[in-house]
Amino acid sequence: MTIYLTSLRAIVAREALRFVHQRERFIAALVRPLVWLLVFAAGFRAALGLSIIPPYQTYITYETYIVPGLCGMILLFNGMQSSLSLVYDREMGSMKLLLTSPLPRWWLLFCKLVGSTMISVLQVYAFLAVAAMFGITMSPVGYVTVLPALVVSGLMLGALGLFLSSFIKQLENFAGVMNFVIFPMFFMSSALYPLWKMAESSELLHDICALNPFTHAVELIRFALYASFNGQALLWTVLVTLIFTAAALWGYNPARTGLSRKL
Amino acid sequence: MSGLEVSHLSYRYGAKMALDDVGFAVEPGAFCALLGPNGAGKSTLFGLLTRLLVAPEGGISVAGHDLGNTPRAALAQLGVVFQQTTLDLDLTVRQNLKYFAALHGLSGSVASSRIDAALDRLGMRERAREKVRTLNGGHKRRTEIARALIHRPSVLLLDEPTVGLDAAARQAITGHVHAMSDDGTTVLWATHLTDEVAPDDRLIILHQARVLADGIASDICQDTPLQAHFLNLTGAEVS
Repeated sequence: MTIYLTSLRAIVAREALRFVHQRERFIAALVRPLVWLLVFAAGFRAALGLSIIPPYQTYITYETYIVPGLCGMILLFNGMQSSLSLVYDREMGSMKLLLTSPLPRWWLLFCKLVGSTMISVLQVYAFLAVAAMFGITMSPVGYVTVLPALVVSGLMLGALGLFLSSFIKQLENFAGVMNFVIFPMFFMSSALYPLWKMAESSELLHDICALNPFTHAVELIRFALYASFNGQALLWTVLVTLIFTAAALWGYNPARTGLSRKL
Repeated sequence: MSGLEVSHLSYRYGAKMALDDVGFAVEPGAFCALLGPNGAGKSTLFGLLTRLLVAPEGGISVAGHDLGNTPRAALAQLGVVFQQTTLDLDLTVRQNLKYFAALHGLSGSVASSRIDAALDRLGMRERAREKVRTLNGGHKRRTEIARALIHRPSVLLLDEPTVGLDAAARQAITGHVHAMSDDGTTVLWATHLTDEVAPDDRLIILHQARVLADGIASDICQDTPLQAHFLNLTGAEVS
């Protein structure tokens, strides 16, 4: 049992250390949602009227509405960033080191996932702290109840990154991930606008948004931030996490021929 | 027999045959050079020996453990130095080694003493606190070899470990690894440089996915120098 815990600790510590070394990454991760919150939301507030939908009990400003979506954005970008670092690891060879250790592959990939999720969650809290400084605050309980929601959503997006990384051949292809994964996932979700608004303009888009796992992750975070529970969102997020994790394990299976050329 | 055994190993990338019915056995404590020109299949063989790839045909046994049936027991007996450096450049030598030790379940004082012993062995103890980025090529390689020894493997695989090093560093590393086989570690040393093979080393010549020769280097060459014999065998012109 100790070999499992020792390796988990080491892999998570290495992810954390690497993150500390990349100060620019932390700043970028923090500035990106803040730009959305302070610039985009200010402009949009006038254009968009929001009605009272759960979990809100009163009229809210647009800034308040998009905070959960921006938390999700941090998790999404970070999940993809960790996928990028896995591709980098593979090109640099340190993935080989990991995969030739005498531990089951699923455990090693799980450790990577835990490491990247932990860093994502810390970044979200940093963002929430800055948002609070600008007057967008939640109830103190909300900051606690959001933690499990962030962990589950972080695991889901990290698992997606892990899965994608087993298919990205080179670092250069990461731009494709931006275009085909991050942007559609983010814009076709409830992060920036409630789904009923979307339905007003297009039923089809609304249905796509409702199926998007990122929508469920954002809703899970939104409810948790107000200390309420969204069972359906949790169910979807957990289910999709399991699917992405299974796909990632398949992607890293040494017998899979597509992987051979890359390792 | 409990060194390294490979039997009837074949592997293909699409239509291209990378390894074709390769088989050999290295006795425990032997230094075995795997000589082959670029593209002979050495790296594919290393991929299979380290289970980064899985062959549809053939078997591999590391210190008596079958890599297909008991991969974790087999990997635990294996020390690997990859062709490309796999060190984290922003970490110190010791941090890199500690990370590796943890991947093998070693931590605390046990890990520390093993790391010290491995560094001493490669003459790298005084550089333990230096960042890997500041080390020269030879010292980086030595760090990697030291790292591969921490979990006390019975079989050590090295994939062209001297590529890009100057003559002195190459000689030092070749010497260090020969000394390891004298202590009982089975060594498989892949190279395309004939001067790294000593006359009494075990030698396997790999060419175009097949084993061309297998035996003691001096027996294989008879009276011809190894380089000439190797070039002759692999069909290259002596320049």
